[in-house]
Amino acid sequence: MAERRLLTIVMAISGAVVFAGPAFAQDARLEAARKEGKVVWYTSLALPSAEKVAKLFEAAYPGIKVEVHRTGSQRVLQRVMQELQANIKNADVLHTSDAGHFVLLKEKKLLMKYTPAGVEKFPPGFKDRDGYHYGLRATVSVIGYNPKVIPPAEAPKTWKDLLDPKWKGKMVTAHPGYSGIIATHVLALVNLHGWDYFKQLAQNKLMLVQSAVDPSGVVASGERPVAVNGGDYTFAQTKRKGNPIEIVYPKEGVPLIVSPTAITSFAPHPNTARLFTDFIFTREVQQVLADSEDLYTGHPEVKYPADKPKLHELKLLESDPDELERRTEEIRKRFVEFFGA
Amino acid sequence: MNHEAPVARTLPSRLEGIDRSLPVWVMAALALALLILLPLGWLAYVSVSSESGATLAHYGRVFTDPHLQKALWNTVVLAFWVGLASLAIGAPMAWLSARTDLPGKRVIRGLMMASFVTPPFLGAFAWVMLAGPNAGVLNKLYRALTGAEDPLVNIFSMPGLIFVVALYTFPYVFIMIANTLELIASDLEEAASILGAGRLQVALTVTLPMVAPAILSGFILAVLQALALFGSPAILALPAGFHTITTQIWALFHYPPKVEMAAAFSIPLLLATALLLLLQKRLLGRRGYASVGGKGGQRRRIPLGVWRYPALLGCLAVLACSIFLPYGILAKAAFSRAWAQPMTWENFTLGNFWFTFFQYSSTQSAILNTIELGIMTACVGAGLAALLAYIANRKLILGHQLLTFLALAPVVIPGVVLAVGLFVAYTRPPLLLYGTLWILFVAYVTKEMPVGYSQSDATFRGIHPELEEAGRILGAGRLRILKEITAPLARSGIIATWCFIFIGVIRELSASIILFTPGTKVISVVIFDLKEEGQFGAIAVLGLFMLAMTFAIVVLMQTVLGRDFLGAKE
Repeated sequence: MAERRLLTIVMAISGAVVFAGPAFAQDARLEAARKEGKVVWYTSLALPSAEKVAKLFEAAYPGIKVEVHRTGSQRVLQRVMQELQANIKNADVLHTSDAGHFVLLKEKKLLMKYTPAGVEKFPPGFKDRDGYHYGLRATVSVIGYNPKVIPPAEAPKTWKDLLDPKWKGKMVTAHPGYSGIIATHVLALVNLHGWDYFKQLAQNKLMLVQSAVDPSGVVASGERPVAVNGGDYTFAQTKRKGNPIEIVYPKEGVPLIVSPTAITSFAPHPNTARLFTDFIFTREVQQVLADSEDLYTGHPEVKYPADKPKLHELKLLESDPDELERRTEEIRKRFVEFFGA
Repeated sequence: MNHEAPVARTLPSRLEGIDRSLPVWVMAALALALLILLPLGWLAYVSVSSESGATLAHYGRVFTDPHLQKALWNTVVLAFWVGLASLAIGAPMAWLSARTDLPGKRVIRGLMMASFVTPPFLGAFAWVMLAGPNAGVLNKLYRALTGAEDPLVNIFSMPGLIFVVALYTFPYVFIMIANTLELIASDLEEAASILGAGRLQVALTVTLPMVAPAILSGFILAVLQALALFGSPAILALPAGFHTITTQIWALFHYPPKVEMAAAFSIPLLLATALLLLLQKRLLGRRGYASVGGKGGQRRRIPLGVWRYPALLGCLAVLACSIFLPYGILAKAAFSRAWAQPMTWENFTLGNFWFTFFQYSSTQSAILNTIELGIMTACVGAGLAALLAYIANRKLILGHQLLTFLALAPVVIPGVVLAVGLFVAYTRPPLLLYGTLWILFVAYVTKEMPVGYSQSDATFRGIHPELEEAGRILGAGRLRILKEITAPLARSGIIATWCFIFIGVIRELSASIILFTPGTKVISVVIFDLKEEGQFGAIAVLGLFMLAMTFAIVVLMQTVLGRDFLGAKE
């Protein structure tokens, strides 16, 4: 069943890609990509999701491999920069959840200008005005709790509720020094409630994990019953696997995180990189991200599960990528100052 | 350590003048010097350099930044208590196993070896599942039994960290003390009891002073281990909101990297370990007791009487904490969908194995990289160590004492510090090794050199030079003698060295975590990556795989050596 669905998706995608645009140019590009043989993808998309997208591409283009290197957003940037310092040019496509990274990378002329097919229909928040990077997916940062431990009536409803001392020792946070989702989350809440909010939150002795994927696991296991942040998609996925988890969309608004993707200016496999980038923006892959990974996307034709709130129904706290880039050091420093590590 | 006395041994080699083998010895010596001095030199250089020339500003910042100071202090606290805890566990167990009629000694030694080779970061990871304050299996059990609200143990805390680190450090103390006790004859103890001293009095006034140097140096060894560790603090201290020096150095590498600060912060750690090692050498060097040192005399087993089985139970309890419980929970996590839920049919899955080995694309290349590096490092490392030990033992070149010093020097270089040095040294021309397996290879060879050297040294001490001299008299050159006489005699020793290095390489995390690039990941780095994303099932699978590989090598080694790993010859 699952395999047949995969097959349909693959057929639909290869059809879509092959018959779009002048067939001749497509053939030439495919030929060039085949010669390159692979694309190297540094990504912060949760591991199982990233591997799934890679497998879809490999099924659509037999003979071309996707090398997935998954780690946290900040680690992705660190890797790329550390490698460039040693003159290593390895990465073709970069994808993180820290839009500020792409401001920085663009400034340093490390990105290739490329507009993937079909993105003109995407909402403005998903498009770089200069045409270097585009939002592959979006998520909102939410509160998650374990209903087995905390009755829904007592669960926190707002960000400010989390400051209540009754949650002392019961909460977990992911780290802005690792995760772009969390860095964006912290900026959005600082703009909403000020740094004082985090100073007070830290009084409740939170457990610190790294990835924005991890809080859902911690809550599901019951190690801490409340997560004070994390991508809604990871909570939704963990819940779908039968774990006790409920999601709260706080009334003050939820930070919206749009995660851009771009091709590097030094890509060793530029043709495959373009092919891959087009591929991940097709309606089919974007639908896969929505269906099996519970993500939001910018694609206007993507359908979402019935129980998932529509983006326009939520009060969204949007962040400016330039501000995120400018304040990234401040965010990390103050977070460490309050939370200890 | 200094048993070599025969003067006759040194004379022929001193007199032989220059022979064709000399270049080989000199090359080996130079290779060693390069391995160690290059990264340390760069480390020192970067720590005082800035765009506007030499500066001490980095040191200034390191010692005034309250966060770094806190990390420094945490490390001191951790290392000190780990030392004490390791002594408290290791010393009694060593005494029980060496001097009493404790039942099941073979089993205890075997398990001790298992905890000795278990990578500490795997242990730490397992203890997250065992003693996480809320979801930890032991805490849940405790709550269910007592109805208490508070957890029995909170592993995410300084005491928790000390506990877990000590569990995998105490075998060092055990080996140190057990081996010394094996060397001490019982005559003095017997004399004391004939003169009317009670058992306790004998232990305190006769045995204890004789093993005191071993106890102290075991303590120092444990402290050194705790200072250099990266994985366990990263897994247990960071969630609790505190850093140690090693995790802080690693954090300084995050973008934008502050390599100069990392270098400046490495130096105090380097000095501390050097100082401790010096102290240990002093202590061991002063060991002038006539009773220690030979294997002569009898060692009488002290009967434990009614305490035999309680003592055994105590030992097993400790080993349960370092082996049974962690391995058990790893196995459970590997086969279950949700590790915190009970093991039922619905929760059973082989999916973690499928995901880890076939879907997660980093796994296969990491396994290959690890094995490749393990074999390369073990071959080159064992070869180089054997050459160096041979040179030093037969005093083949001038300054061979310096060679011994250099070969043992990396003991004082914590993996993270070595990695910072190598990163600085090999990310610039002419030697651009960063991004290749070679930089990891260099790191591993350097890091494993002390282990390899001491193993080889012991091997060559055991081979009397008279056979070689016979060969010389019959007209064979040094190299030919080495090949046809010495090497066959040293074979099993060298194979053991090979195994030691291989095991050391596959568990290495603290240097790898700074030196890897996406194409050069090794298993330990993949486990750490997975840890940051909270993929418990996959970590458990890879962890078990790593343990299986380790034990395969251990079995191989014991077959070759015909004795157990820790030196017992029962």
